[in-house]
Amino acid sequence: MRDIFVLAEHRRGELRDITIEMLTKGRELAECCGVPLTAVLLGHGVDRFAEKLASYADTVVLIDHPQLENFNSETYQAALSPLLEDRQPFLTLIGHTAFGIDVAPRLSAQSNIPLATDCIDIRCEDDRVFAVRQIYGGKLNAEVSYENAPQYLATIRPASFPVREYGLKGEIVRTDCPALKTPEREFLEYVEAPAGEVDITQADVIVAVGRGIKEKETLPLVEELAKSLGGVLACSRPIVDAGWLPKDRQVGSSGTIVAINKYPNAPVFNEADYGIVGDLFKVLPTLKEKIAELKSG
Amino acid sequence: MEIVVCMKRVPETGDAEIAVDSTGRDIVRDRLTYDINESDNYALEEAVLLKEKFGGTVTLVSMGPPETDETLRMGLAKGGDVAVRLWDHRFARSDGHATAFVLAKAIREMEFDLVLTGCIATDDGRTQVGVTIAALLGIPHATYVMKVDIEDGIATVQSELEGGLIAVNRMKTPALFTIQTGINEPRYPSLISIKKATAKEIRTLTLDDLGLEASSAGEEGSKTKIVKLTPPPVGKRAEILEGAPEVVSARLTEIFKEKGMI
Repeated sequence: MRDIFVLAEHRRGELRDITIEMLTKGRELAECCGVPLTAVLLGHGVDRFAEKLASYADTVVLIDHPQLENFNSETYQAALSPLLEDRQPFLTLIGHTAFGIDVAPRLSAQSNIPLATDCIDIRCEDDRVFAVRQIYGGKLNAEVSYENAPQYLATIRPASFPVREYGLKGEIVRTDCPALKTPEREFLEYVEAPAGEVDITQADVIVAVGRGIKEKETLPLVEELAKSLGGVLACSRPIVDAGWLPKDRQVGSSGTIVAINKYPNAPVFNEADYGIVGDLFKVLPTLKEKIAELKSG
Repeated sequence: MEIVVCMKRVPETGDAEIAVDSTGRDIVRDRLTYDINESDNYALEEAVLLKEKFGGTVTLVSMGPPETDETLRMGLAKGGDVAVRLWDHRFARSDGHATAFVLAKAIREMEFDLVLTGCIATDDGRTQVGVTIAALLGIPHATYVMKVDIEDGIATVQSELEGGLIAVNRMKTPALFTIQTGINEPRYPSLISIKKATAKEIRTLTLDDLGLEASSAGEEGSKTKIVKLTPPPVGKRAEILEGAPEVVSARLTEIFKEKGMI
């Protein structure tokens, strides 16, 4: 069987975590199938990433070109298609990130390689690949098979796989960049979102709300609870979209998480450390009371 | 400006209990309510805003069974001018690639400066169809678009990346953008516009009308297939606290104390 490829992702001089997550999973798949693992690194002046990748991969294919300096799905696709055609990897993993989502469907369409997106697991069986992806907002897992094809593509959801160190010394192979046309889409710049008054990334305690609060008027109640815990109020994406809280209050998920949801099967319980199945409007007031009691006594 | 908006009718599953049907490959749908996919609604609004600025036509396209007309009519009521529904029993169970193939075939026959789609479908979450359509049409694209500025046929767009970072890209139209939620404030249609939309004709196109081969659509044209659906492992990590609000609150307060949060 042929190689498993992992497309390295980096931005503004930093290798992104998803790369190492995919390499860890890629290593596991490669060992399971008895095939080599290859990391593909496209960029300009990115030699320093190659060594890190080589500690996971048997081979690092490095394509260095000024036009690859900033991510552009058109130039990336134009550089990747001939490489995949030439090397014929069995499976190529790409991050299900802003970067991966932008390039993977184009690559799939141009190179005619079947693609499964947003995969939380990948399994190889003989010469077939199966992917697991979540649908209906994480309420169901779908096992997905591919049509029989010489190559397969999958985008991998970030934080799906734990990271391990392998300490290998893979070979770094510099590969010529195919002729690149001037892309129709021109990258201009990165812009930082304006910083807000509250930096939730620095807070020890975050009390976050989602659609479940139903109306904006519930926010003060939750903010009070947040304050009694010495924390800050944050929220999920739909609350930002509704304009109830500014964008800088949108949370990711790390740390100790306590979830309150009225549905026992709510996907949030798979992410949380503690879960309460119940009505937040009943739980919050009593919780606030208990905390106040403890503090005063 | 001629704008095509791709829309998807999706079940509202956020507040619903989801059950797997007897095939094991689909969900029980008879009790679900349906609506326009969330980010498609923002794409539609963006199209209408651009039309209001530059003039032109907003054409709505959706692949789906007859019930999809309801979604398209709502789109017409919100400012769409023309609606086209693509349907054939041979389109059923199309994956992301097959769906994009059918949509691209229909759009290719239309006049357009822009194609707008939602950035993600809330049901299957593939995040694939929009960019695939752009590739098949041979036009540039941008994903997770938060802002669109167009001047003299040149679009400057902001795409949302992780961690609040924004990428700014520029390209000539025609182009395709997958629109992120929050880019605008989608309007609610007035009763009069809903009434007017009811009277509008929705053109339907079949596999033959589109000049497609059966092998390029539906399950046959799909490159991926759902083998089975399973509920995700429940509470894999969460320790569920049980009892009345007082009981769980007391326990949680203890946990906060143990963790030094109070």
